[in-house]
Amino acid sequence: MSKRICMGNEAIALGAIAAGVKVVTGYPGTPSTEIIETFVHEKNPNVNVQWSTNEKVALEVAAGAAYAGARAMVTMKQVGLNVASDPLMCLSYIGVEGGLVVAVADDPGPWSSQTEQDTRSFARHANLPVFDPSSPEEAYEMVQEAFNLSEEFKLPVILRPTTRVCHASATVRLKDDVKQITTLGFEKRPEWCIFPSLSYVKHGELEIKQNTLSNKFDTSIFNKIFKGSRKGIAVSGVSYLYLKEVIKEFNLDVSIFKIGTPYPLPAGLAEKFVSTVDSILVIEELDPIVEEQLLILAAGRIPIFGKNTDDTPYNGEFSFEVIKKALFGYLGIENKEEPKEELPQMPMRPPVLCGGCPHRASFYAAKIATKDFKKPIYCGDIGCYTLGNAAPLNMVDTCLCMGAGITVAQGLALAEPGTKCLAFIGDSTFFHTGIPGVINAVYNNTDITIVVLDNRTTAMTGCQPHPGTGKTAMGEPAKALDIEAILRACGVEEIYTVNPFDYSESVEVFKKAVSFNGPSAVIAKAPCITLIKMPPTVHRVNESCIGCLNCINELGCPAMTPNEKGFVVINESTCTDCGLCANVCPVDAIQRGERNG
Amino acid sequence: MNNNDTKSILLVGVGGQGTILASKILSEGLVRKGYDVKMSEIHGMSQRGGSVTTHVRYGTKVDSPIVSEKSADVLVAFEKIEAVRWLDYLKDDGILIVNDFEIYSLPVLMGTADYPKDVIEKLRANVSKLKVFNAAKIAEDLGNIKTQNIVLLGSLIKAMNLTSLNWESVLKELIPAKFYDINIKAFNIGLSL
Repeated sequence: MSKRICMGNEAIALGAIAAGVKVVTGYPGTPSTEIIETFVHEKNPNVNVQWSTNEKVALEVAAGAAYAGARAMVTMKQVGLNVASDPLMCLSYIGVEGGLVVAVADDPGPWSSQTEQDTRSFARHANLPVFDPSSPEEAYEMVQEAFNLSEEFKLPVILRPTTRVCHASATVRLKDDVKQITTLGFEKRPEWCIFPSLSYVKHGELEIKQNTLSNKFDTSIFNKIFKGSRKGIAVSGVSYLYLKEVIKEFNLDVSIFKIGTPYPLPAGLAEKFVSTVDSILVIEELDPIVEEQLLILAAGRIPIFGKNTDDTPYNGEFSFEVIKKALFGYLGIENKEEPKEELPQMPMRPPVLCGGCPHRASFYAAKIATKDFKKPIYCGDIGCYTLGNAAPLNMVDTCLCMGAGITVAQGLALAEPGTKCLAFIGDSTFFHTGIPGVINAVYNNTDITIVVLDNRTTAMTGCQPHPGTGKTAMGEPAKALDIEAILRACGVEEIYTVNPFDYSESVEVFKKAVSFNGPSAVIAKAPCITLIKMPPTVHRVNESCIGCLNCINELGCPAMTPNEKGFVVINESTCTDCGLCANVCPVDAIQRGERNG
Repeated sequence: MNNNDTKSILLVGVGGQGTILASKILSEGLVRKGYDVKMSEIHGMSQRGGSVTTHVRYGTKVDSPIVSEKSADVLVAFEKIEAVRWLDYLKDDGILIVNDFEIYSLPVLMGTADYPKDVIEKLRANVSKLKVFNAAKIAEDLGNIKTQNIVLLGSLIKAMNLTSLNWESVLKELIPAKFYDINIKAFNIGLSL
């Protein structure tokens, strides 16, 4: 046993290693990314770790490993599970041989996601058990138990940490030994092939397993009742920690039902709780999973408060303050809020594309190239480049989900013939779910321009390799898939590859591609600035600057600031010498020079 | 279980200023000192030049990884107006450490929002234990503006009375070797502020 300060995601990976995991797959997505990065860092020779092209692929690869009896884990963020939902739903029928843990990180808030969907609802929908850790320590223990449970019930098991577990660090007690798993390998059985007649039988079995699982969870160490007054609180996830602090701070007397397995609810333990309290306030972020199960179980015997009574919100993260308010309301304590001191409202600080980001150059060239077309529409996708929607670029008109830029653009083009629709997609997203959309455009001969913003990495999540980078997750050499060759193989005939920092060439290329009637593509290829070494040169503004601020107002590069006299200054610590700004200066006041220091 | 000795620190700044590294060094040191430590950070989108926060809490036994309103013993603002944005989290008698340094957000650069004036004066009117210095300038004079986070960390450690620990060994472990010397200098200046 050793102690180490671990981020929740690290704890999940280390727990899986202790549990003897052999195959780990996943697609990066905040807040889940560091689970796989921990495996990469740990370099455990017994674990095969892969970044997958997307979450569906990842889950299927992990499932195959589990079919053969190996312990496998797949990691993703909550919206990734939408992509992986097809194999997940079927796997709940087919089942597994070796333990399969599906680690899906939810993002209440949301901090870095398109939705606030609750993976516990997905678990209920798929009839699969789910663990909901309250802390990194608990996540470490739960992942190990999840593998055991998966093997016992021959079902995938979901582990659902949230942002405040994934990205919280705590002292975790780590086991020294690794569980030894011996596998017999894949055993050929008719049950591995899903057919309607089998599905009917498996569905029945799955429903029976729900009750067995619920009974099993009655004795789980992750579900506990703490007896106090007849005022009951049921709590799941990280909210348990906030609740503890509110109770200590105000010295409150309540009974607590702490739930680590929100689906299926441990019915025996829940019944015991319902019978010893006069009412229950349910505290859980996002969907009312525990609450709805308790409402059914209590069947009107005692009042259940929570989302159904507007005492806790559906959306947003919970906090000490949110729980204090709900708890005080429940206990009838007056919530005296001290008047806050009047402080001025600070200007917003939204995230921005970095200084020298190649996406800025691509967006700007596309903007200039299409300015004479009638209402061009710019479809965006998921990645750093979604930030291109902000002023002054205003180059992302739509953003839906991974890969949807290319396809939404096609629908727009069909509804508004003659409108030029551009679809911007990052390189990693292109591999993830972009390619089927390309084929669809070619097949139906739809007039769109696909713009692959190829910055040679998965930038938004912290620069993970992908199939185009020539490196595996472990940093070993791999075949680098050529995006241009893929586009060509998909049938796109009008393809241009350009360095977006070559401004005039880029504008020309965009003009040609957009003018083409039919599917066309531009690959704007330049590495993310986090991958490059700062060059010995920078761009500098000289004394001929007239203070028109055209550079700032056109590009919004964070390396450029007006000084007190109204002239522009370039910050040398963030200028990558990309030179884009020199193209927009009307008086040629921006020139290349030596970097200081 | 004693929860009353838990200390809460909030580090706020702009993505790219090194708040997470400073928090990691702090947390690691606190663990070595035998405290139970919880830290919380936000990754992803907001890191690209957005407003960022990390929470560090330590004591005999800490539950929540999040600092609640009016409970921070120290608020360290890596950028001036971020201090105002997060001031509600500082305890009434808490210490506020402010980097007297301005980073303009895009709305300010574009002229659609104004960078507020007299920020330090407003903070002074609201906070009694206020420490203001320009860590960015100090770091720049040392030769690397990126060490401003370590200057601020030094000042924070002094404010929390945590100087007895061997911080140099923690820095040595968590900072790449070629940047170690300059960071130690930055740290020691921070300790003297």
